[in-house]
Amino acid sequence: MPNIVVLVKQVPDTYSERKLASADHTLDRASADAVLDEINERAVEEALQIKEAQGGEVTVLTVGPERATDAIRKALSMGADKAVHVSDESLHGADIIQTAKVLAKAIGTVEGYDLIIAGNESTDGVGGAIPAMLAELLGLPQLTHARKVEIDGTSVKVERETDAGRTFLEAALPAVISVGEKINDPRYPSFKGIMAAKKKPVTTLTIADLGIDASEVGLANAASQVLESAPKPPRAAGQQITDEGDGGSKIAEYLVSQKLI
Amino acid sequence: MTRTAPLDLVAADDLFSDEERAIRDTVRKFCADRIRPHLAEWFEKGELPARDLAREMGELGLLGMHLQGYGAAGTNAVSYGLACHELEAADSGLRSLVSVQGSLAMYAIYAYGSEEQKNEWLPRMVTGEAVGCFGLTEADFGSNPGGMRTNAKKDGSDWVLNGTKMWITNGSIADVAVVWARTDEGIRGFVVPTTVKGFTANTVPGKLSLRASVTSELVLEDVRLPADAVLPHSKGLASPLGCLNEARFGIVFGSLGAARDCLETAIAYASDREVFDKPLSAYQLTQAKLAEMALELGKGMLLAVRIGRLKDAGTLKPEQVSMGKLNNVRVALRIAREARTILGANGITLEYPVMRHANNLESVLTYEGTSEVHLLVIGQALTGVGAFR
Ligand SMILES: Cc1cc2nc3c(=O)[nH]c(=O)nc-3n(C[C@H](O)[C@H](O)[C@H](O)COP(=O)(O)OP(=O)(O)OC[C@H]3O[C@@H](n4cnc5c(N)ncnc54)[C@H](O)[C@@H]3O)c2cc1C
Ligand SMILES: Cc1cc2nc3c(=O)[nH]c(=O)nc-3n(C[C@H](O)[C@H](O)[C@H](O)COP(=O)(O)OP(=O)(O)OC[C@H]3O[C@@H](n4cnc5c(N)ncnc54)[C@H](O)[C@@H]3O)c2cc1C
Repeated sequence: MPNIVVLVKQVPDTYSERKLASADHTLDRASADAVLDEINERAVEEALQIKEAQGGEVTVLTVGPERATDAIRKALSMGADKAVHVSDESLHGADIIQTAKVLAKAIGTVEGYDLIIAGNESTDGVGGAIPAMLAELLGLPQLTHARKVEIDGTSVKVERETDAGRTFLEAALPAVISVGEKINDPRYPSFKGIMAAKKKPVTTLTIADLGIDASEVGLANAASQVLESAPKPPRAAGQQITDEGDGGSKIAEYLVSQKLI
Repeated sequence: MTRTAPLDLVAADDLFSDEERAIRDTVRKFCADRIRPHLAEWFEKGELPARDLAREMGELGLLGMHLQGYGAAGTNAVSYGLACHELEAADSGLRSLVSVQGSLAMYAIYAYGSEEQKNEWLPRMVTGEAVGCFGLTEADFGSNPGGMRTNAKKDGSDWVLNGTKMWITNGSIADVAVVWARTDEGIRGFVVPTTVKGFTANTVPGKLSLRASVTSELVLEDVRLPADAVLPHSKGLASPLGCLNEARFGIVFGSLGAARDCLETAIAYASDREVFDKPLSAYQLTQAKLAEMALELGKGMLLAVRIGRLKDAGTLKPEQVSMGKLNNVRVALRIAREARTILGANGITLEYPVMRHANNLESVLTYEGTSEVHLLVIGQALTGVGAFR
């Protein structure tokens, strides 16, 4: 009966306009609707499917500001059992390494975990490094970019997708895995799930609770710094091809030039 | 300049709990993913994969969601209203499917059925495995269902039903029909499995409204049912009218969903469309139209929330439901028609949802009590005098 921890992150809704705060180039969280990152919905879905087949327990873990409770509720309403929320003012501007350290400590509070499931990269920061750093910090095997996951009592097998093809990995539990877009289609929370979610336990922790000192974290102590941000240049106008009997081959040429076929 | 959320000028959003909002957002997402991409096609063909949809909706918890027990989600009434709002923002036909299943067919069994009838049907209707319909109206008796000709006669311990019901939503796809019939003891409800001998259902052709919904005629020819097919607690016309009050409640919220979708479409269209060298949205006439629409939508929403809270408090009166149904369907229809003008010729096509909504709302105006009937209900409450006949 696997004990699974799913790492979830609240991100600005991709449908709303996303901005960085002009003062310190951190995410302007007030400017956009916040949602549970879709890749994390898939991570939660995978954990729930494992639980439905094999039993066990699913804990969701997030590091984020107070309003990240909404993302936690969403995961709980999908069917996760409980949650850990690390929320601390001093984490504002934390970089990837700090976040990984906080996550590693917080995972330590979940007794007897077998599997940690993360999304392969968040849709806002697009760092894609947390799962690997976390595995390193915890001294666990990492199996990233999974499109298929199978676990039995003692080991996990992952089908990993790369640009070049697929690789098949196996590791002993406990392990860290990250999932990609193709892993599954996340369920909608059912109304019963939504109503049950508010009764599920959520443990809120500060970094002091995790034995981390405020002087180690936050924007001032970040290893990397955002110097500047600029909006994407507007998309160039499309290219129009007139079909003079050779339209088909022209389209094919274009697709080949873009390495699409 | 930042724009005020045009679809919620009254900030009704603040009036809902986190749970109510979560349910609403789930239905909105479900409709965006699973329903909206297909609507124009379903409407054009006049077809709806209702049984498949019922299964998906059952999984979410939409069917009979505000009933307690039997596997139902057991939400409050406001959550049910918000779910109807989102469904009808997609299409009134989808909301009709859910209204008829939950508020009419299931509610009739829930409120007037025996424990055996409830256990036999409700759990399967919650999941969408079984689909129900509600047969009250007849071709000659719509606003005045008390005049119905369908009758049930005792034969030994059996019941034998004869008659024809008309305009029955979900009729030809249903597993079970709740049929209202005249007996020696007044009007009573019967649970009729649609596989029973003598029962046929025919789809009504040629509809210009609610095309993404199944509407049928039910024919009962010497349908023989055991003694326990009658809903034991149904007594007189008040019983079916009790069910109608449930479904009307859903329409109070639902109709405004259609209106919201129209207003949203009209604002987006007016902002993109240039006429006489500037955006249509920059003309005073257009702004006046949009402002009037937002105003009515906002007021209607406040009315809906008020009625929802009264229902949850258990103090809602029939004339209050009538007020909500009358006002909100009426304004929704006006908003849909006004939005249609803003879209010009594009507005008459299925590429935009506006005329589809406007056409649907014509049915919504008529079923669950026509506007005239609701005026008469309110008039009776005000004067103490019934003016129906
Ligand atoms: C798409 C659709 C789905 C439906 N689904 C169902 C269903 O699932 N189950 C079901 O039982 N029924 C269903 N109905 C039937 C619906 O409830 C009736 O159409 C409605 O009650 C009106 O009845 P009618 O059409 O016979 O109109 P009528 O009763 O003939 O009314 C015609 C007009 O006369 C007016 N009128 C009636 N009485 C008075 C009065 N006393 N004073 C002044 N004006 C009056 C009405 O307001 C209306 O404007 C559905 C109808 C539609 C269109
Ligand atoms: C079925 C059908 C058949 C048709 N047949 C023909 C045909 O045979 N030949 C032909 O040439 N055309 C035809 N038309 C086109 C018809 O004449 C146009 O649809 C009509 O002129 C409106 O133009 P539009 O649809 O581009 O709307 P728009 O001009 O985009 O108008 C959209 C909205 O903006 C409003 N608006 C426009 N200008 C202003 C303003 N200054 N201030 C405020 N509001 C404004 C309009 O009143 C309308 O509400 C047909 C249309 C239809 C629907």
